[in-house]
Amino acid sequence: MTDVLLEVKNLNTWFDSRAGRANVVDDVSFSIRRGETFALLGESGCGKSMTALSIMQLLPNQAANNMSGEVLLEGQDLLQLPEVAMRTVRGNRIAMIFQEPMTSLNPVLTVGVQIGEVLTKHKGLKGAASKARIIELLEAVGIPDPTQRIDEYPHQLSGGMKQRIMIAIALAGDPDLLIADEPTTALDVTIQAQVLDLLRKLQKETGMAVLMITHDLAVVSEMVDRVGVMYAGQIVEMASRDDFFNEPQHPYSQKLFDAIPSMGKRDEALAIIPGTVPDLAQEFHQCRFADRCQFSWDTCQQQVPRWISGNDSRGVRCHLYDSTIENKSRVAEKVELISTSSSNTGEELLTVSNLKVHFPIHKGLLKRVAGYVYAVDDVSLRVNRGQTLALVGESGCGKTTLGKGIIQLVKPTDGSVLFNGADLTQLSQNELRSRRKDFQIIFQDPYSSMNPRMMVGDIIEEGMIAQGIGDSAEARRVIVDELLQQVGLRPEHRNRYPHEFSGGQRQRICVARALAVNPKIIVCDEPTSALDVSVQAQILNLLKDLQKQYQLAFLFITHNISVVAYLADDVAVMYLGRIVERGSVQEVLENAKHPYTQALLSAVPTIDKESKQEILRLEGDPPSPINPPNGCHFHPRCPKAINECRSEYPKSRTISSTHEVSCHLY
Amino acid sequence: MRCFPFVIAITWALLAVLGPFVLALEPDAIDLKKILFTPDMSSWLGYDDLGRPIWDRLVMGAQTSFIVAMWVTIISVLLGTFIGSVSAYFGGWLDLLVVRIIDVFLAVPGILLAIAFAGIMGPGIENVVIALSVVGWVGYARLSRAQILALKHREHVQAAVSLGTGPFTIIRRHLLPLISAPLIVEATFGIAGVVIAEAGLSFLGLGVQPPEASWGSMIRDGTAYMLIAPHMVIAPGIAMMLAVLSVNLLGDKLRDKFDVRLKQQ
Repeated sequence: MTDVLLEVKNLNTWFDSRAGRANVVDDVSFSIRRGETFALLGESGCGKSMTALSIMQLLPNQAANNMSGEVLLEGQDLLQLPEVAMRTVRGNRIAMIFQEPMTSLNPVLTVGVQIGEVLTKHKGLKGAASKARIIELLEAVGIPDPTQRIDEYPHQLSGGMKQRIMIAIALAGDPDLLIADEPTTALDVTIQAQVLDLLRKLQKETGMAVLMITHDLAVVSEMVDRVGVMYAGQIVEMASRDDFFNEPQHPYSQKLFDAIPSMGKRDEALAIIPGTVPDLAQEFHQCRFADRCQFSWDTCQQQVPRWISGNDSRGVRCHLYDSTIENKSRVAEKVELISTSSSNTGEELLTVSNLKVHFPIHKGLLKRVAGYVYAVDDVSLRVNRGQTLALVGESGCGKTTLGKGIIQLVKPTDGSVLFNGADLTQLSQNELRSRRKDFQIIFQDPYSSMNPRMMVGDIIEEGMIAQGIGDSAEARRVIVDELLQQVGLRPEHRNRYPHEFSGGQRQRICVARALAVNPKIIVCDEPTSALDVSVQAQILNLLKDLQKQYQLAFLFITHNISVVAYLADDVAVMYLGRIVERGSVQEVLENAKHPYTQALLSAVPTIDKESKQEILRLEGDPPSPINPPNGCHFHPRCPKAINECRSEYPKSRTISSTHEVSCHLY
Repeated sequence: MRCFPFVIAITWALLAVLGPFVLALEPDAIDLKKILFTPDMSSWLGYDDLGRPIWDRLVMGAQTSFIVAMWVTIISVLLGTFIGSVSAYFGGWLDLLVVRIIDVFLAVPGILLAIAFAGIMGPGIENVVIALSVVGWVGYARLSRAQILALKHREHVQAAVSLGTGPFTIIRRHLLPLISAPLIVEATFGIAGVVIAEAGLSFLGLGVQPPEASWGSMIRDGTAYMLIAPHMVIAPGIAMMLAVLSVNLLGDKLRDKFDVRLKQQ
């Protein structure tokens, strides 16, 4: 084919360590045509970023020479190019954008200078010509007021804007190929939708090819033409988008699909992939996925599967599809059903009324209060025993502060939190301490939420000691062992330190720690957003299981709508410190009333495109909670705003007995 | 060469702790016939202006400086860490007060303050320890306060709060273990500082009193005879230099060991 832009043939990249040689990229081959979008899909540590860095030859020094194979850019092997020649390729013919827009821009240079650098280097543009082009590029990536922004520094821009600047820098060299390494992972869904739209639009205009590196099946579904699934350094499946989403072939790909939570799976446990990715510092004589695969049989343990090409550039690396091997596969287990007919007693457990958390801003020599951050502003909500209330919103909307305000980790400014008949905001520190056993919290980051110097057993035991549960060290140890088993770990893990565990296992330990004091409600602050999809499924299954067993209530703080659909009974949507809509999960997700909820839902990328309702795109970024807009906080971004919205904050209106919305439209 | 600081530091500690018991020392034995004698067979470092053997006095001086250094460092670290961590963890007006006090102490040169204290309280080894501790805690308080301010918002601390753990248990179990590494490094450098400060005070006559020996007072005694009996000054001078140098090198090594970033490179 003549229109092949980039062809990667048998690319290998390895690191030598004391444990042996680890092939982080192992015999990877794929090609990208002009104007095409190709995705490398995989979970963390599967080698997808390493593949991109190998193509760009941006590997750390230690591995710079540990490469073999060919990377052909229009027939020219990039691996043979000397570093000097490679520099004219980078940024010029192949450009790259990274995951973290906060750290990929230089904080001490203006935006204009950073884009101009590429223009001067690769296009020879200087002075006025360069400036004109910069403004053109800023316009192309949708930065409002480009003549002004050109002299601004990165800290003056929001996350989404920074990612747009990164894209502008990448576009400055008119690249043939853009490598986008998780370009939207660090962004909110509404911003993600803007950036993805922008990438699509730019691709159409410039005809560049895109190599998209992502872990998000939904993003793949919305963006790409073809996809390669990576596992443990290898591509295990390659297919066109439609083939892949209609019928994923490799058992790993299938599992990835099954692990995604959704409304339809509410009554079943999510599929999980047992075990962990094998250590790469070994020589493989078996299928790398064999130990975790539900279909595996003897051959999988004895023989490395070969690449089986199908028609239309489709291929898979699995013995199941190898006609020369007799198929003796076990039948897949049935999905485990869990009854979620949670005894809907409607018994109120927690009632939050008019809660406010305002942080003062101090300014000047005398530290006078110059204003307030209205992190949580007049929020009321209710959580019933044994049920899950999901709190949804973009980052910075105050949902974490609300969670902490409820369990009194942050002192509320005003309002009340009624729990078991007592107002938590009025209790003294000592009274509060003994009541803390009833409400617990699980944090987002399982790495920083455990003391690295304490052993797992001590971590779990801490709450029991503080609350006087268990009479003796011996009795407590028995409970710790039970808890460890309950969250799917082994009792002997008691004497290990947190760093010896993976992210998912650490989150389990955090769950065990919270459970140790027999809480009635657990605030889950994005407990799965730092985890891979398959690990997320394990944690969600565990939480659902525990809820049923102990009649636990959850206040589930998240930005992930599919998790909400799978887990929640009720949903509250938060925008800039206030709840704009709340109701049962069906009401809010299927019959959203507030324009913000509608926009949020339509911004979420979905796997099946057809089912998508009306597309509502939000412009701009959420305003600052220091100085919220007059009237309805949402009106500057609201596509349906009417005059009233500018003057008055809407009262909450009742749609049904459980469904309330704060919007002038109703 | 790599184990040089260990060898010197351990020798110093051994001489200080065991020297007076194991070696038959006569630091106060005056032999007027041997005044200002240069090194010979009976005393390999010679004799001082009262005919006392310099080696014997040097070992006693090692003991003085070691005792003072250890006591001052231990008291300063405990006091400073306690004040700094409590102030940082509770915050509010308490923190404001502590910061102001620290600022006041830092505004006055530490050794000058120590001289003032020692002057007020009168000479003597206990008073030297008190005077140096009074100025010594500030550095540790500042360090531990800064570290704890950075750590106290970590999620494992919040998790402990939400479990109902009391504030002092949180400081003890969740915060102090995490700041021990920088504190140990700082304390090692602190030992060197105290050795010099003690010598300085003794040089000024505010330290241990005659006939007790200290490196600082030995140097002071020797200054009058510098041209005719330089060994009186050189011997304690070199001893002090070796002790301070070895402790500082030890501190450098510890810092490298604890610093993860440096290890990766």
